[in-house]
This record gives sequence, C-alpha cells and structure tokens, in this order.
Amino acid sequence: MSTFAYDGAAMVGRQLRRVRNSPGLAVLSQLMPVNMLLFFGYVFGSALAMPGPEYRSFLVPGLLVATAAGGVMTGMFQAAQDTHRGVMDRFRTMPVSRAAVPLGQAVADLAVTAVGTVPLLLVGLAVGWRVEGSAAEALGAVGLLLLFRFACTTVGIFLGLLTRSEEAAGQLGASTFVLPLLSNAYIPTGNLPGWLRALAEWNPISAVTTALRDLFGDAPVPAGAAWPVAHPVAGSLAWSAVLIAVFLPLAVRRYGHR
Amino acid sequence: MTTTYAVLSEGLEKRFGEVRALRGLDLAVRQGSVCGLLGPNGAGKTTAVRLLTTLLRPDAGSARIAGHDLVRDAAAVRRSIAVTGQYASVDGDLTGRENLRLFARLHRVRGPNDRAAELLDRFGLTEAADRKAAGYSGGMRRRLDLAASLVRRPEVLFLDEPTTGLDPASRNGIREAVRALATDGTTVLLTTQYLEEADRLADEIVLLDRGRVTRTGSPAELKALIGWYAEAVVADQDALPKAAAVLDRLTGAEPKLDHERLTVGAPTTDPTLTLPRLVRELDAAAVPLLDASLRPPTLDDVFLRFLRLTGSHA
Repeated sequence: MSTFAYDGAAMVGRQLRRVRNSPGLAVLSQLMPVNMLLFFGYVFGSALAMPGPEYRSFLVPGLLVATAAGGVMTGMFQAAQDTHRGVMDRFRTMPVSRAAVPLGQAVADLAVTAVGTVPLLLVGLAVGWRVEGSAAEALGAVGLLLLFRFACTTVGIFLGLLTRSEEAAGQLGASTFVLPLLSNAYIPTGNLPGWLRALAEWNPISAVTTALRDLFGDAPVPAGAAWPVAHPVAGSLAWSAVLIAVFLPLAVRRYGHR
Repeated sequence: MTTTYAVLSEGLEKRFGEVRALRGLDLAVRQGSVCGLLGPNGAGKTTAVRLLTTLLRPDAGSARIAGHDLVRDAAAVRRSIAVTGQYASVDGDLTGRENLRLFARLHRVRGPNDRAAELLDRFGLTEAADRKAAGYSGGMRRRLDLAASLVRRPEVLFLDEPTTGLDPASRNGIREAVRALATDGTTVLLTTQYLEEADRLADEIVLLDRGRVTRTGSPAELKALIGWYAEAVVADQDALPKAAAVLDRLTGAEPKLDHERLTVGAPTTDPTLTLPRLVRELDAAAVPLLDASLRPPTLDDVFLRFLRLTGSHA
C-alpha cells in the first residue's frame, strides 16, 4: 500500500508538472466552456421560451457538468498519448505499482479541473448565475461535480489504454462532445418525445446537472422525470459509483496487461 | 545467490494472430557481458526484448532474468532491469531534469535531485536540463533515455536499437557509455541494425532469423566460420558475371555482386585459395581485373551468409 501511495504521488506530481510546463494548453482548454456559456447564453438563449437571465442560470450547472464529462476526452487522449509515445511502456518495465499510473493520472486531473473550473464560475457569476442554496449544499454540489469528473476520467483512461493511438483517441474524444447534447445540460428535457426524453434523462450528465441545479438553487427538479433525474443526488452518486466500479478496475487491468 | 547467466531463456514463443514472431528462443547471456541480438527486420528482435522486459507474456517457454522467473516473478525482474529503446521512452512534456527525478523517485533512489544532476552532467545534458525533452535533438533524447535507465544501476540493461537514426558523433557517445557500463559489470543485451556496432560492443552475438536463433558466438568465432572473403574489382559491368563464375568455382559459395562498385565477393574457408591463385584464375578467365583481395570477413559477411536474405539486406 505504501508503494502504491508513493508511486501514486510521484505520478500525480508528473501530471501536474506537465500542466505547469504547458500552461497555454491548460488556459486554452478553459476557453471552450466559457465561450459556450456566452454563445449559448446569449445567442441560442434568445430563441428559447425561458427568459435570458433564467436560462443562463440554468446553463451554468449544465456547462459545469458537460465540462466534467470532458474528462472522458482528456483522460483518453492523455492515456493514449502516453502509450503511443512509449512512456507507459517504460513505467511498465519499472517496479511501479500497477494501480498508481492510471490513478495518478485521474487524481492529478481532478486537481487541474478544480482550478480550471474557476474561470467558468467567474464568468457565470458575471452573467447572472448565483448560488441560491446554502453553503453546505453548494459544497455538496462541488463534491458531486468532482466525483463525476473522476468517474469520467477513469472511463477515458481505460479507453485511451485500449485505443493506444493518439489519432484515434483524438477522433473518438472529439465525438464525446455530443454526449451533453443528449442530456438536460443545455435544454430542459420536458419537451422531448418520450423515448428521446428517457434516453436523455438516463444520461449520467442529466442526473449530475439536475443535482447541481437543485443544490445551487438554480432550478427545481423537473416533475415526471426518470429515476436518476427525479432523485438527482442519489442518481449522481449511483452513476459515478457504477462508472468508477466498472472502469477503474478495467483501466488498472488494462495498464498491467501484457 | 550466484547467477552465471543474467539472461537465460528456453523455448520462448510468441505469436501475434497468424504470425509466429518467436519460435523457441534460447538465450544464455553471461553476467557482465554484452550480448548483441542481430537479425533482419521481422526476425523477432523487438519481440524478444519486449518479452524479456515483461512487456509481453510468452505463449510458451520460460526465462530467468537476473535469477528471477520472467512470468511468475515479473516484479522482481522489473527491479533488476532497465530498458531503453524505440518504445520505452521518456516523457516529452517534462524537462530532462524532471524526467530523471521522476524515474529516480520511482526507483526509490535516495537523493533523487542529486542523482538527476549527476546523470545530466555525465550525459552532457546540464545545459538543456530545464528544457522540455520534446524539444531535444535525437541524440540528446537518446542520451536522456539512457540516463533514465541508469538512475539506479540495473543488473541487466536492455537496449533496443540504441543508436538507430543518430549521427556518428552521438552514436559514438552512446557506445562509449554502453562500453563503460559493461566494464562496471552491468549485463547489456542490445539489438542493433549496425553490424559494426555489434562487432565493437558485443562479447557475444546472437543471430536471429524468423523467430529463432541461427548462430551464436563471439564476433571472432562467427567470422572464423566464414574464413576469408575473396573480392575482385573488375573494369566493367560485363565482366561481373564472368568473375562471379570464377569465384563460384573457387569458393563454392554464392558470390555477391555489387554493380555500383563493380565488385564480386565470396567467402572462403579454403586454405589453398591464396591471392596469387585468385589473380591467376581470374586472369585465365579473361576477367579485366583491376583489383583483388583476400580480407578477413566483416560481420556483414556473417550476416549475409547465415541469414535469410531479403531484398532490403542484400
């Protein structure tokens, strides 16, 4: 266990140093959600039935969760890159704890995400989003968000170890962009046709988004929604737990596979 | 424990789908020696290294690295080896210094920062130490790779084509480092495309072909198997077949024609084939002879003689 902790800490350190060495990349990756907030909030939002300020408050939690879901993409790309460039193979030939490499990546990602979300929150506040709930609820929301990010990153790491090619991971990663489109992150699901609504509401992004809206006090839990959305906190915890329980062992196994 | 062989493998097999990359690899590398694994592309060199460094699991056979079972005790094997190669690489997003510190930490080296500084100095990377490794030249990158393998001294060092693609100066630098390591008692197993490199570095050469060992021996032993190399330089293209016929008759080996240099050569072990006789026979066959020689074989000759010849190696 101490081997794991030591190696894991070294791996977290490695990932954080990489971010520090390429700060431009980290800044650029934060531009996207901020742009989307402004674009969706003011351009698309003007065509929606919901009034603008209300829609922007509705949108901020959605974008937070959509960005967290981007962990699939970053996790995958980084794991594939490390594999492709031979860094993984060097680790594999070293006496390094098998779990430390994938877990180190996921934990480091969490730290980067926690800091990286601040610009989106600040712009959100500037366009009228507010935390209406209690501090405890707000902290709970942040906790759920980070847990979900961790879960998404483990999914990504597993997929990245599987694809092994940087190009393939890049392509596949870009297509994860559609995942939040099929959820309640950007639009309310109430008006969708029945089957599409069910699909969107069983999307993990919907449960976490609803939980955040509820805990931040931005929007009420919609009536008549599928179970994970109707019980958003439990739904978010369940989704994250399932994803981690399935994909973390798979990622560790895949890393150690020879 | 006394291990006479740092690498000992028996009947290692590996297949990838239909392709049998290794078909029973037997290796015995003495402790403290440098073993050169030679073979044409596709002979199984890289697969062999990947198996022996725990990156791949053999389908059959067994091996002991530094006394540890490759399959059952992979963790102990990993504690005894280091790998530098085409695939096991450093992290380009980290600086040279950060890479070495990371590997030193993972190896539980005491004073990782000092160790990193020491290695950077030894491999002439101090000036570039705080730049990202992705921006290094090929030679610097390879030196950093090798340094990363030496953060703690490995019992067995695997080098997969350590000098491929490097300029001659960088190549020599790497070779000197390898030689120094072997002198210090580290066992080195290296694959290379450069026969001259194997000749200079290796104590023992293993010729690999189609996933099997075809010959083993010191460079001198392997060359002795061939004897001498008879070569004739002729005046024009038309004379090449004529000269080849003579050499074929004299040596019994299939002569090798070089249309650019206008030479014909063949290995011989016949002690009665002297230089005067070679010249006389060629002259008698009316070959317009410009030069003739009998020289000790190079490893190239050994390579050509014992390995399946594909176009790319002719």
